[in-house]
Amino acid sequence: MDNIILEAKHINKYFHDPVGIKVLNDITFKIMKEEFVSVIGKSGCGKSTLLYILSTMDTDFEGDLLIDNVSLVDKKDKQLAQIRNKKIGFIFQFHYLLNEFSVLQNVMLPGLKLAEFSEKEIEQRAMEKLAMLDIKQLASKRANQLSGGEKQRVAIARALINDPDIIMGDEPTGNLDKKNREIVFDIFKRLAQEFHQSLLIVTHDTTLAEIANRTIEMEDGRIIKQ
Amino acid sequence: MNYKLIISIAKSLLLARWRQTMVAAIGVTFSITMFIALLSFMTGLNDLLDGLILNRTPHIRLFNEIKPKEIQPISIADNYKNHYHFISSIKSENGRQDIYNSAAVIKAVNEDTRVLGLAPKITTQVFYNDGTVDITGIVNGIDVDEENKLFHFSDYIIGGNTMDIKNIPNSIILGKPLAEKLHIAIGDIVQVITVKSDRFSLKVVGLFQSGVREFDKTQGFASISTTQKLMGKANNYLTDIQIKLKDINEAPAIAKEYAEKFGTDAEDIQTANAQFETGSFIRTLISYAVGITLLIVAGFGIYNILNMLIYEKMDSIAILKATGFSGKDVKAVFIFIALTIGISGGTLGLVLGFSLANIIDQVPFNTASIPTVTTYPVNYDLNIYLIAALFSLITTYLAGLLPARKASKVDPVVIIRGK
Repeated sequence: MDNIILEAKHINKYFHDPVGIKVLNDITFKIMKEEFVSVIGKSGCGKSTLLYILSTMDTDFEGDLLIDNVSLVDKKDKQLAQIRNKKIGFIFQFHYLLNEFSVLQNVMLPGLKLAEFSEKEIEQRAMEKLAMLDIKQLASKRANQLSGGEKQRVAIARALINDPDIIMGDEPTGNLDKKNREIVFDIFKRLAQEFHQSLLIVTHDTTLAEIANRTIEMEDGRIIKQ
Repeated sequence: MNYKLIISIAKSLLLARWRQTMVAAIGVTFSITMFIALLSFMTGLNDLLDGLILNRTPHIRLFNEIKPKEIQPISIADNYKNHYHFISSIKSENGRQDIYNSAAVIKAVNEDTRVLGLAPKITTQVFYNDGTVDITGIVNGIDVDEENKLFHFSDYIIGGNTMDIKNIPNSIILGKPLAEKLHIAIGDIVQVITVKSDRFSLKVVGLFQSGVREFDKTQGFASISTTQKLMGKANNYLTDIQIKLKDINEAPAIAKEYAEKFGTDAEDIQTANAQFETGSFIRTLISYAVGITLLIVAGFGIYNILNMLIYEKMDSIAILKATGFSGKDVKAVFIFIALTIGISGGTLGLVLGFSLANIIDQVPFNTASIPTVTTYPVNYDLNIYLIAALFSLITTYLAGLLPARKASKVDPVVIIRGK
């Protein structure tokens, strides 16, 4: 039991607008520590919806969600924000960097929010992450001066800054060309194999799904294979 | 909450839109500047106009009014006790105009701790004589030292030396229009005929101008002893005792108390000059209304800028929330932006407002009726600045609050999935 990092229990989700539709139907699964799980399925099958529920950003659902064996149902906005900050690293399809900040500052931001280390240490850790992703030389550049692939790597560094229990990705390679996609694949592979990072990646990129230890396949709001 | 982080995020958002931010701050600066200049000028003018009358008016005046007795003999008569009395053609009695036992009254009033000071006075009607022309007028017998101390008497003397009426026997200060009518200059002798037809020669040692010409046309000021001599009265003869209180608002109550205690009439300043207070109150009210309207308009400017900023930075807000910033943190960021605009704009406004008030203070303003004033009157009351600062903070905070709350409620899922 101690190895479970994330557990979803009978999650149901409805969209009420414009008409009541059940988008997630009795979703139950577990993710172990150090496991690389990918979620695949056709567009509209509810995989992104599920991811946002798992990431604690969407709280409008039925069922129970546990991260690190703590139930997140009925937690307050502030507590959920703390959990997102400390335990979850998020990578989106779009990079969502703050253009007003430098690359280094963007990476440091969640770390500064957590404030577990001093600013100096956070800066050093951020540099380590950037070095690990081979973009150390971009540290002082502004976010809007980077190419798409570089931006996505910065976003990955940002997700890693607080050493999260789990990294979640929503189509992290969806917007990238082939070359950059391969770079990102390599990064995920390294994260899983060298750093034993738990990963949960939603994608319809089959190559990405192949690197994963386990693939969860969804259709019409249900898990059909896991 | 990590304020350093919040501030650095707010700063970067501010700088990202620094032009608009500056426009909003300039709006606050402008409104605070105008608020201060307007109120400084308006209250300065108010003080001047009020001072024109109020400075020279005692808070309480003790005197004996010529009037019929309130209790007529028939009311006291036992025979007609239970009757209703119709009395027609009541005449005022030939009562004394001077204050009875004035020395004791002065002593008692001086011992009252609520009293700032008092100035005894005699007023009497005279004719000023110029050849064949007699001009009706008034001679005021005053105690120059006390008048100066309490009523700024020397401010209204435009020629000669005020103290001369005390130091030179049989001397007088005349109202300037009166002196012009009589063709008299300082150093000349004026003939005064008292109501009892006694003729006196008095030396003119100064000219007086109060700003109210009709009033100046009739006035002359002499020392108390000169006036007593003029009237042929003893040296305890006084018709008025003018009292200045520490707190002007106590005047009506104390006036009533003195009227009973000393058996004289007592008039308080509020009753005597009710219209001035109303006028200055309304003027101040209007200035504040205009000033605060300016501030509120500036507040709308800030509200607009922040709203725009929030729509523009929706992605940034979403990602901040996704990476662990709570709604409260996001709200703090935008409140901080609003307050930065308010404080920087407001501080500059305070400085510019002070400068503008200073400039107004330098503009020449010569009016024949107020000789002591040479430039526009400006009030440098610290309260105006405090109110301006406080209101700029409150309006910018409120203007920031609504957009900040909106930003704190941004749902990152909606923004991120919308892409």
